[in-house]
Formats: sequence, structure tokens, C-alpha cells
Amino acid sequence: MTIHELAEAYRRGETTPSAVAEAHLARIAALDAKVGAFLTVTRERALAAAAAADARWRAGAPRGPLDGAPLALKDVLCTKGVRTTCGSRILEGFVPPYDATVVERLEAAGAVLLGKTNMDEFAMGSSTEHSAFGPTRNPWDLGRVPGGSSGGSAAAVAAELAAGALGTDTGGSVRQPAAFCGVVGLKPTYGRVSRYGLVAFASSLDQVGTFARDARDTALLLGAIAGHDPRDATSVDAPVPDYTAALAGGVRGLCLGVPREYFGEGIDPEVARAVREAIETLRGLGAVTEDVSLPTTDYGIAVYYVLAPAEASSNLARYDGVKYGLRTPGAKDLIEMESRTRAAGFGAEVKRRIMLGTYALSAGYYDAYYGRAQKVRTLVRRDLEAALARVDVLVAPTTPGVAFRLGEKADPLAMYLNDVFTVPTSLAGLPAVSLRCGFSAAGLPVGLQLIGRALDEATLLRVAHAYEQATGWLARRPALA
Amino acid sequence: MISREDVAHVARLARLALEPDELERMRAQLDGILAYIDQLRAVDVAGVEPTAHAVPLVNVMREDAVVAPFPQEAMLANAPDRVGELFRVPRIIED
Repeated sequence: MTIHELAEAYRRGETTPSAVAEAHLARIAALDAKVGAFLTVTRERALAAAAAADARWRAGAPRGPLDGAPLALKDVLCTKGVRTTCGSRILEGFVPPYDATVVERLEAAGAVLLGKTNMDEFAMGSSTEHSAFGPTRNPWDLGRVPGGSSGGSAAAVAAELAAGALGTDTGGSVRQPAAFCGVVGLKPTYGRVSRYGLVAFASSLDQVGTFARDARDTALLLGAIAGHDPRDATSVDAPVPDYTAALAGGVRGLCLGVPREYFGEGIDPEVARAVREAIETLRGLGAVTEDVSLPTTDYGIAVYYVLAPAEASSNLARYDGVKYGLRTPGAKDLIEMESRTRAAGFGAEVKRRIMLGTYALSAGYYDAYYGRAQKVRTLVRRDLEAALARVDVLVAPTTPGVAFRLGEKADPLAMYLNDVFTVPTSLAGLPAVSLRCGFSAAGLPVGLQLIGRALDEATLLRVAHAYEQATGWLARRPALA
Repeated sequence: MISREDVAHVARLARLALEPDELERMRAQLDGILAYIDQLRAVDVAGVEPTAHAVPLVNVMREDAVVAPFPQEAMLANAPDRVGELFRVPRIIED
């Protein structure tokens, strides 16, 4: 059931948050050995929260539609008293002394937090194969990846191990796994949601996002986590609209831009066809479409793989074996202790990005790489902003292909190129959502991406909702279920 | 092309003790990624301002309010090694 259906069932007294939490915990116990979505299950914390929610619903005084909703958190969000690993060995034994703002806000809304989900180490990856704790598998085909880096959260929602989840998106880490797992994944505008307590990867790009089964649940989750936070100076101080109220209204009169660069060479014909059919559906609902061009699209990956590793190399300098996490014993001095701890604690992809970022920022290379990439970032941003000055929303595929097989993209660059359609939006800080728009012949979900103006998540959710109402894709569930 | 010496230098800067075979694999992979990134050299960026942040923010101010800090014990609780109220690290200064 969706979050809004659960709330309705609680209201009618048909079930209780405790019964629903128990059912989800039982389902995790039965199925998660196959999927590998969770790193930590917080059974006691979940049942205590559910019992409190039971009492509020019974008293007719729930905190809102999220009261009693069973949710999961990507293990990059700090949870007070609950280990937080970031999918890395280097954080071995780390138990945060505080909750991330988004965790506080979900709990304040009454959510029942089931546990922490698997991810590519430090959110670096597009397949959840780069976790120190083993991969997560795609509920639609266990031989395939769920996408990444928030693969555990996406798979948990797709496999109905949780009704919704939070992830984080730096270059596509919510939208790409949402597409691969056939769920709704929203990356809000940069700054819409507080990053306090989100373990940093690339601070100018990182943003907390949501996974849900439909647009209405996405509106509920975003409404709960969005808003200014004095503890994150980059969070935007703007009012949070009623996203649920904004779902109604349909798409009549909206102008949708179709960027031609997102349908070029390299896209799987099955993906292109499903997305084009979705665009036709939206036209049939009264939207008008316009072809647009985003000529800098192809530079996005190159820009991203300078800037994100550069920021990561700085952010991850904190893992030095002194204050928390792993320490390799036996070193004769501090530098050796740090260097050996980091070599033992970080996986191959994280080391590669730290090396790439350190190189791009090092003396003699800074202007050629970092400085230049920041300028091309401006051009990518201008392209998107110019298009969105003419149209209300851009519609495009989320990924060039459907979920690939585990081990299929062993070459790092091949993995990076999977993010070609999600990275430009991240560089521009704009909101974007991925939703299910069909299936490949092999039964794998295809993701439709909607990209909007800064702080205009409401229009994205309105389009997503209209599309869902007009199509029957959400009825299909993975065979696992 | 990035040299083995460059990779070793960057690894020292990044405080990563790489094994010799890891160093060579890293060199080859970085070489491939940097070759891809080099397409940015073809872009005309004359007169273009750099973007450090997608959202324009200037001088975010807040009240200088006194709030309770994290307790010392909470901050030390995760330390891999400590002595009393201090983080312990290998000796830095010679006797």
C-alpha cells in the first residue's frame, strides 16, 4: 500500500501502524536476503514509533498523513544512536551523536523508520555494487543492479519492504535508481531540503531526495522534509507550498520542452520509445510540447567528474582515523597511520575519485581542470535556464538504458556515462523527478524524467500525478512480491 | 598522459598508501578518465563566470545565539583511540 492509502486505512481503523510495521519487518526478514536493500534494520526503534502512532490514530489526533508510515533511510543520513556506514569500511563502528534534520522532520511527522539502506560507498556509483557490504539487487530481476547510489532505498520501495524512503542525489543518485526500480524518485532543487546530517560527498551538488510509489506520496514526503534549516547555510529560505494540494489541475496548457540531445545516439530504442509514448500521453491530456536544444548536454559528465571528485577529495579528508571510524594499527607516525587507514578503509571507486579530485585541484592543474569545469558548469546551467524560460517543464528519459547486469559496467567511465541525462540538472541545481513510464520487452521499468524550474517541484508533481492517473503502469509489481 | 610519478605524488597528497599494482591500475584508469575530461578544452569559456554553487547565496547571517554544544563525551565516544579527554594519535614530535 502507498503512504496515503495507509493513512486512510489507519483513519478508518482497518489497520494500525504497529500491524503495518510488523508486516514490513516480516517482509524484510523474508525477502531482504535476496534483495540486499537494508544494511541495518532498526526493529525496536520502529516498533516503539509505531506504538506511539497507534495511540495518536486511536485518539483521533494523528500528526498527519505520514503518521505511522513505514519508511527507510539511505545509510548516508545520520541517525542518533544507530550506526551510519555510508557503505564504507572507513566508518566502522561509527554511531552518530545526532539525527540529520530530515530524520528529525520525518520522526516529528510520525514516520516509523525501519532501517538504513545500502548504497554505493559515500554515494559514489550508479549501481550499488560499490558498497563495502555487498551489492543490492533489482527486485524486477535479481541478476540486475538497482541503480545507485541510492540503490537500497529504491529497491526497498520497489520490493515493498518500505512504503517510502529517502535517498540522496548528487549527479542522479535518486533519479537513476528510481528509473531502474520503477518507483518515483524526486531530487528537489538544491537547497530545498537541509543537508545537515547528510554525510558530505560533493557539497555544491548533494541534495536529499525521496522514493515513493506514486506522486501523491512523493508530495507528502517532500512536504515533510523541505524547508529552511539554520544549521545548513545553503538551505533556501523560501516558503514550502502544499505539494499535495498542487497535484490537482492536470497538464492542460502546460508547455513541455523535449530536449533533442536526450534522444540521440546511445539511447536504448526501448527507452526512447517508452518516453516518446509518455510525451504523447501528456499531449493527449492537453499539454503542448516544443522541441528544445541543450547543446552543452554532452559536457555534463566531464564537468561533473572534475567538480564532484574535487569536492569529495576535500570532504573525505576528514576520514583520518583520529575522531571516528577505522584506524589501522601499527603505524610509526601520523601520516603513515592516516595513509594506511585510508587505503584500508576506502574502496576502489572512492580512492579513484579522491585521486581524481586531488589531481584536479593540485598545483599546476587547478585552472586547467577545476577552473575550466566551473565555467562550463555555468554554460550547462544557462542552457537549462534558457530552455525553462520558454517551457514549464522538460521531459526526457532518466537514463539511456534500463537496469544493467551486475558486473556489466566494470570500466569506471562506462559507469559514469550512465548519468549523462541526470548530471546536467544537478549541475544547474534544478529539481527533477523520475517516474515509471513503461517496461522493456524483458519486463524492466523505464524512467521518464521531468525537469523543472528552481523551487517548482509542485509543477513536476502535478505532471507526474496527471500521467499516473492516465496510465496503468503502477499496477504492475515485481514477481518477487 | 599522467605518469606513475604523478600518481604517486597525488596519492601522497591524498594520504592514500597505494600498493604498486594498485598504483599502476589507478594510473591507467585516471588516464582514461582525464582523456575524456579533456573534451572541456574545446569549449570556449572566454568571459564566462565560474559557477561554484547553483543557487546564488550571499552572506547568510543568523542570530549569534548561545546553544548547547554537543557534550564532550558524545564527541569522544567514536574515537578509535583516546586518553581521557583527548584523541590519541601516533607520536608526531620526536623526543
